[in-house]
Amino acid sequence: MDNTAPATSPAPGAPAMTVDDLAVSFGPVTVIDGLGFELRSGEILGLIGPSGSGKTVTMRAMAGLIPHQRGEITVFGRPFSGMTPREREVLRRDWGVLFQQGALFSSLNVLENIEFPMREHLDMSPRLRREIARMKLDLVGLPPAAAYTFPTELSGGMIKRAALARALAMDPKILFLDEPTAGLDPIGAGKFDELIVTLSNTLGLSVLMVTHDLDSLEVACDRIVALADGKLLKAGTLSEMRAASEPWLREYFHGPRAHNTEG
Amino acid sequence: MACNAAFEGVMGQYIEFAAQQGADQAIRCSGDWTSVNARALEHEVADLTATLPKNTNPIIDISNIGTLDTTGAWLLTQLMRDDGDSPREFVGGSDKHLTLLERINQYTPVEPAPPGHENRLLAPLIGVGRFVMGGADDVFAVNFTQGRLLAAFGHTVTGQAPLRLASFVQQFEQIILRAIPIVALISLVVGAIITQQTILQLRNFGATILVVDLAAILMFREIGVLLAAIMVAGRSGSAITAEIGSMRIREEFDALRVMGVDPYQALMLPRTLALIIGMPLLAFIGSMAGLAGAILVAKAYGNIPIDVFILRLRDAMSMTSLLVGLIKAPFMGLLVALLASVEGMKVRGSSESLGRRTTSSVVKSIFVVIVADGLFAIFFAAIGF
Repeated sequence: MDNTAPATSPAPGAPAMTVDDLAVSFGPVTVIDGLGFELRSGEILGLIGPSGSGKTVTMRAMAGLIPHQRGEITVFGRPFSGMTPREREVLRRDWGVLFQQGALFSSLNVLENIEFPMREHLDMSPRLRREIARMKLDLVGLPPAAAYTFPTELSGGMIKRAALARALAMDPKILFLDEPTAGLDPIGAGKFDELIVTLSNTLGLSVLMVTHDLDSLEVACDRIVALADGKLLKAGTLSEMRAASEPWLREYFHGPRAHNTEG
Repeated sequence: MACNAAFEGVMGQYIEFAAQQGADQAIRCSGDWTSVNARALEHEVADLTATLPKNTNPIIDISNIGTLDTTGAWLLTQLMRDDGDSPREFVGGSDKHLTLLERINQYTPVEPAPPGHENRLLAPLIGVGRFVMGGADDVFAVNFTQGRLLAAFGHTVTGQAPLRLASFVQQFEQIILRAIPIVALISLVVGAIITQQTILQLRNFGATILVVDLAAILMFREIGVLLAAIMVAGRSGSAITAEIGSMRIREEFDALRVMGVDPYQALMLPRTLALIIGMPLLAFIGSMAGLAGAILVAKAYGNIPIDVFILRLRDAMSMTSLLVGLIKAPFMGLLVALLASVEGMKVRGSSESLGRRTTSSVVKSIFVVIVADGLFAIFFAAIGF
């Protein structure tokens, strides 16, 4: 086992989310076909696969953004299909999504962006809400002065951090990250990985991370799920993945770009 | 009881604190300290900190807390920091809770300077100043854009830049051809309404037949071109602004530039040319449709047979009336294109800005088109055309 398993995770090993025999298709094109894996409570799970293998679609289906045609998604032991729309709505507050481009509301400043979900769903005084939003800003490592800037004035890395702060606004139990380190410089990406590990440990988050970044897999992820052609290729820890015999995984983990993560 | 002003303690849902405890005073926290219960928690924390006597330093017992999230942790650290000089201590609590509390405690709130507010007394003056400067900027920007477009046109004509025929044809279809039904319909209805009202008035003088003169001159000189220009400003001015604006947001505009392609030549020129060349066409179609409306209503309200109408029209219509409308049309097209481009170029970053600029493009285009029509009317009257 890796030694990265968070010591503080709640009931480690129990699944936060399971995906069973999932199928997603757009018209005649089947993107996901019979996929199954689980996201354990308190772990950071990396979702990898070649471009077009359905990583983002899987994540969006799990986040309830696109419907699936077959299979079952279970959240904390409750099947998604058996819920009323209202129950799903409530459940959705328990997860945060970090979109690839941040998806910050461009007409609101950073602080208002973070406050937005709290304003919508929580009953608290404006003062407390503001204080909590500022604290979230600090949690993701943004300077206090960033509070009043607008998304268009931020750099790529700051947008990711601000978007992460917004994803954390509702104290989610599950966090979906769509290529969180894409477009960041290696130092920024490394810090972002550390940040996610720290947050996951402190807040007891279960994280599903779609990524292409080998360093992220090494530093942040407890386990890895590899997709190929909409199916599960292999799931396991980094060392298990490295030892895998599948050609794509061999190339992925032993290819020319994998040098710095080995040994 | 009556004079008992001494601190009684707090017995809340989440916080228990008894005053008469002696040395091992403890604030006992229990329940779920989560954002869902934020309102109640906030009150209890505020109540306690407000009533807690100074110089008491109780420990904070968190062993009975169920779920703790960042909001709860924040409120707990508020409780801890309250006294200032020596922080209170947490006892009990799982590792998980303590880790979270420790992290939250590292954060010391810093009040960043909020964005500066304008002096309220000066606000009206600042508003006027902004308005005037904005107007001046617009005049400059329109001239700048016009210059860039002329340069682009020059480059195209002299063969230094490619002739974008496909783009021109596509824009012509979008902006002009697809606008024909709506322009024709509106002109027909307006022509009919004007004719009806005119007939009702002229009947008093027994000069109903003069409605033909009025309808023909009004439709060809003013209404046809004006309605076409207003419709195009609303339909295509907004579309051009939105296209250019979203291309700016998505950096497509800059992409063209770094590839050595002049965006004014590639994007604005085909649209502008389509508008300049197409507007006379639309104005003519609008005028004809308005005339058709006039013929129908003259027959229905004024009992003027169609052949009598046409006969009278031969005397009333002149080439001059037609030309006045057609001469104005290209300028209207140019104004719409210029304002739409200028507003599109002003889009910065947010989707809100895109919406604001699109609105502003339509409003300004319609305003300018009507004002220009008025100026043309004065001009043609002055030269007796």
